[in-house]
Amino acid sequence: MQSGNKRLDYLLILGLVSFLFLPWYRVEGGFFAFQWLSSFLSSSDLAPGILQMIAEGRSWLIPALLFFLLGASARVVADADKRGKLLVIAGALGILFMTMQGLAISFTGWAWTFMDSSFGMLPTGQPAMGAGAILLSLIFVLFIAFGFAERGVMKGDAFVVGSISVLIFLVTIFIFYPIGSMFVGSVQDFDGSFKPDGFIENMQDPAIWSLNCVVGAGRCGVAWRTLFLAVLSGLGSTLLGLAFALVATRTNFPFKKGLRLLTVLPIITPPFVIGLALTLLFGRSGVVTEALDFLFGIEPSRWLYGLTGIWIAQVLSFTPISFLVLIGVVEGVSPSMEEASQTLRADRWRTFWKVSLPLMKPGLANAFLIGFIESMADFGNPLVLGGSHGVLSTEIFFAVVGSQIDPSRAAVLAIILLSFTLTAFLAQRLWLSGKNFATVTGKGDSGVHAGLPRSLSISVYGIVIPWMGFTIVVYGMIVFGGFVKTWGLDNSLTLEHYARAFSIGFEDGALVWTGVAWNSFWTTMEIALISAPLTAAVGLLTAYIIVRQTFAGKNAFEFALMMSFAIPGTVIGISYIMAFNLPPIEMTGSALILVACFVFRNMPVGVRGGIAAMSQIDKSLDEASLTLKANSARTLRKVILPLLRPAITAALVYSFVRAITSISAVIFLVSAEYNMATSYIVGLVENGEYGIAIAYSSMLIFVMITVIAVFQLLVGERRLRRENRVSGLVKTRKFRFSQEKTA
Amino acid sequence: MTILKTGSVVFENIRKDFGSFTAIPDLSLTIEPGTLVTLLGPSGCGKTTTLRMLAGLEHPTSGRILIGGKDVTMLPAHERDVSMVFQSYALFPHMNALDNIAYGLESSGLSKKEARDQAEDGLVQVGLEGMGHRLPAELSGGQQQRVAVARALVLKPQVLLLDEPLSNLDARLRRKVRTDIRELQQRLGFTAVYVTHDQDEALAVSDRIVVMKDGRIAQADTPQCLYDEPVSAFIADFMGEANIITCEVLERDDNQVIIDIGGLHHKLHTKRGKVGQAKLAVRPGSVTLEPEGSSGLGGEIMTTAYLGDHVEYEVKTPAGNFFVIDHAVERFLSPKTAVSLGFRNRGLALVDG
Repeated sequence: MQSGNKRLDYLLILGLVSFLFLPWYRVEGGFFAFQWLSSFLSSSDLAPGILQMIAEGRSWLIPALLFFLLGASARVVADADKRGKLLVIAGALGILFMTMQGLAISFTGWAWTFMDSSFGMLPTGQPAMGAGAILLSLIFVLFIAFGFAERGVMKGDAFVVGSISVLIFLVTIFIFYPIGSMFVGSVQDFDGSFKPDGFIENMQDPAIWSLNCVVGAGRCGVAWRTLFLAVLSGLGSTLLGLAFALVATRTNFPFKKGLRLLTVLPIITPPFVIGLALTLLFGRSGVVTEALDFLFGIEPSRWLYGLTGIWIAQVLSFTPISFLVLIGVVEGVSPSMEEASQTLRADRWRTFWKVSLPLMKPGLANAFLIGFIESMADFGNPLVLGGSHGVLSTEIFFAVVGSQIDPSRAAVLAIILLSFTLTAFLAQRLWLSGKNFATVTGKGDSGVHAGLPRSLSISVYGIVIPWMGFTIVVYGMIVFGGFVKTWGLDNSLTLEHYARAFSIGFEDGALVWTGVAWNSFWTTMEIALISAPLTAAVGLLTAYIIVRQTFAGKNAFEFALMMSFAIPGTVIGISYIMAFNLPPIEMTGSALILVACFVFRNMPVGVRGGIAAMSQIDKSLDEASLTLKANSARTLRKVILPLLRPAITAALVYSFVRAITSISAVIFLVSAEYNMATSYIVGLVENGEYGIAIAYSSMLIFVMITVIAVFQLLVGERRLRRENRVSGLVKTRKFRFSQEKTA
Repeated sequence: MTILKTGSVVFENIRKDFGSFTAIPDLSLTIEPGTLVTLLGPSGCGKTTTLRMLAGLEHPTSGRILIGGKDVTMLPAHERDVSMVFQSYALFPHMNALDNIAYGLESSGLSKKEARDQAEDGLVQVGLEGMGHRLPAELSGGQQQRVAVARALVLKPQVLLLDEPLSNLDARLRRKVRTDIRELQQRLGFTAVYVTHDQDEALAVSDRIVVMKDGRIAQADTPQCLYDEPVSAFIADFMGEANIITCEVLERDDNQVIIDIGGLHHKLHTKRGKVGQAKLAVRPGSVTLEPEGSSGLGGEIMTTAYLGDHVEYEVKTPAGNFFVIDHAVERFLSPKTAVSLGFRNRGLALVDG
């Protein structure tokens, strides 16, 4: 009870702050600039909640204060059960009220016209929620959490209930609310009235759904083209990935280490870079095109610009991902199965065909679905190579930035894209879960994997070696391209592109970043540095809750979080614009929206890493800490986090790098003030400035390799120390036995 | 840390469900202050669940738990006045022994200095002075175990919980540590709840033993009563081995009964049992073997096993098969030998089904 009072007191103090000392509504210049401090009480825009009610005529806020006071009254109730109930009710009413008033009352009054007639006109409207309003909403969420904790939910652990509530709250705001807004936006007119015309018209648009190509009369709709491309990319990358995985694990290939390096490539490569490199090779003025023209007189054509080009680029991009997935699958096939098969008079070919491959099937399906989802979500390559044959993700983009802005069309396309990827995701989760034969158990399995049949190993080499060569050439182009003056026309080497992008000057004795890329480069670094720790924190907290706590709806919770993985970046982008452009929450054009986008897009990976790492820490350590009078927050801080250090570093690096390379969602959310490197590069490509674009891209890749290498070094050391400690444990144990026995 | 607060423990109609599975249907149990009570039973009997509910690591589905008279049913683990020694010790691998011991003290709000001082005392208490700077990995198993005990004891809990604390030690060390624990408990006088599946361990350390089966208390008594007067065949067989055979109660007066075992009449001091058919538990060592023709129960030896200081026989009789332990190793009887069985006064008990 004592700790219950203490935490409630903190909450009540925060509540007072939210009403009295923080601007209730959104601050124009950005809250964290703290310029509002200077004119806090003089400007009516910056007035805190209490003044908004009394002096600014926004009397509809009064219930928020009442619900808060209702929750505060629980402070004097002694009975834990009643007190908890009171808190839950106050919190629930409060959060419901905040949502309703936020959605219902917009800049000029009621958000929906029909409310004017039923409730009468409002004297004034309200801008988007600001620090005060958002803090109060959080307090209401915590009211609910503390209330449940006092009623003994989650063994009365307020920290855990609080974390779960806040996570659900955040996921609702940053994933479900935007997606919901997008659905609503697709059937809404500009003034907010219900008007499904655009939705119906777009849904039936032959440009989306036409099947003309099947009957041989023109082009198919963009939805079918995207689906077709995704299936082919999924198949291509899975087959290649399998070939790579077989070479890496089942042959005596001399460059296995090099193969493993491949897996790092997709993490550090900005998504459009492969497309760019392909243009340098096979474009109208590409190296190969020109060589063929010169040698054989083959006319340069635009074959690369279209589905073929996108397909090649995607297979190049996604093969490493599927390699990474399949290497585990191939290694996971228990050697004893293969040995059993061989002792049963099956030759290598029959063993592979009848035993190994069927055991890998679920893994292969998984790799295919990952390739499928990645291809659907890919934005960079189609943007560079798509030409007039766009796919859904680029069509969405052009529907909001093109000459004819049509938000309804963008929403409809996004919904179609989302339903494709979600179907694949559901298939992956529901159909494949529990079908994985290739599980690694804790039991030692001391067998030797069967070698590949000769014919198969020859064909696998035949695929892998040329493709590796191709990958090396492609990446070589990226490095090389930055030094060539004008590709295809003037092939002389130059440093001009780097100079234009990254030059530094001195003016008045001060350092001036004169290069054109610096602005977006520093913004990118800043945003990546802010979002990386947040992503890691949210991801690991979620992992802690999923691994260590059980509660009703945990599976749904986990599922919803993981689902955000399957939402294509373009869909997130378009839905964020639709959701966060207007009150109650307005963030477009700020750095905050970019940070939020990165945190919630990259979180699932942090969650997965955290789950894997946390499962290895014995649960009795947590329990020991709990029985030693530490609450779960202290347990997390003092026991789990120190033991999780490698996982934390990995999550940090990953989210940092992802924030630098991602483009699909970012391109919708950047503003003049906050432009990111990737969207700046895409802009360069659109203007035909390939040289600088490539120079900038290789610079990014270089920066990321450096970051990863540095972290790898640090983490590597830690891991060594941990391993030392673990093996030390084993050693002393053995030592103890011998000692005890001789004693 | 000379005198600890001692507290009683009361379980009132505790029920615990895990989903649709009921681990403990209805458990009521009172533990007297200052005693060491063992929860004993085969795996899956609910003994660990009971302990974890007392620690606050699980919460009961219904019922109440009182510690020192205070209702703690809804309190989280870290707000309860108990501490626990884990089966795996659960020493934090990234902290040294002293930090491990000081951890709970710091969590309870002591200053770093106070916590360290008391932790040093704790180290001395378990005979590990000067080892404070070592990481758990640098300690032997027995030392790790003592750090785990010290870590729990320095908090001066009302109740100390021990979850199979000896199972990670080898046999020789186990005997020493269990004596140490018992000695520490009697010296400091705290209440202790001890979980184990090993009946020897339970007999050796406990004031009382609570034998559990399928989430229910099968019998709760002192070690002696439990061994000498088991109420059921399960207890008799679980607390040391027993032959469970059918007999007939012929007569009964206040303190004794006369029973008929396959025609042999035997007098038994007990308050249990009614006239009529009954189940009898016979300890293997309470059966005597005489040459054929003596006034006993006639039988024939089926199998034998020579074990150095005793011989194990399986003997077939009209009353059923008997497992017999005979310490007269010099007369090693071979199978098919006809013998006559007699019964000692101790080691026989009338039991329920």
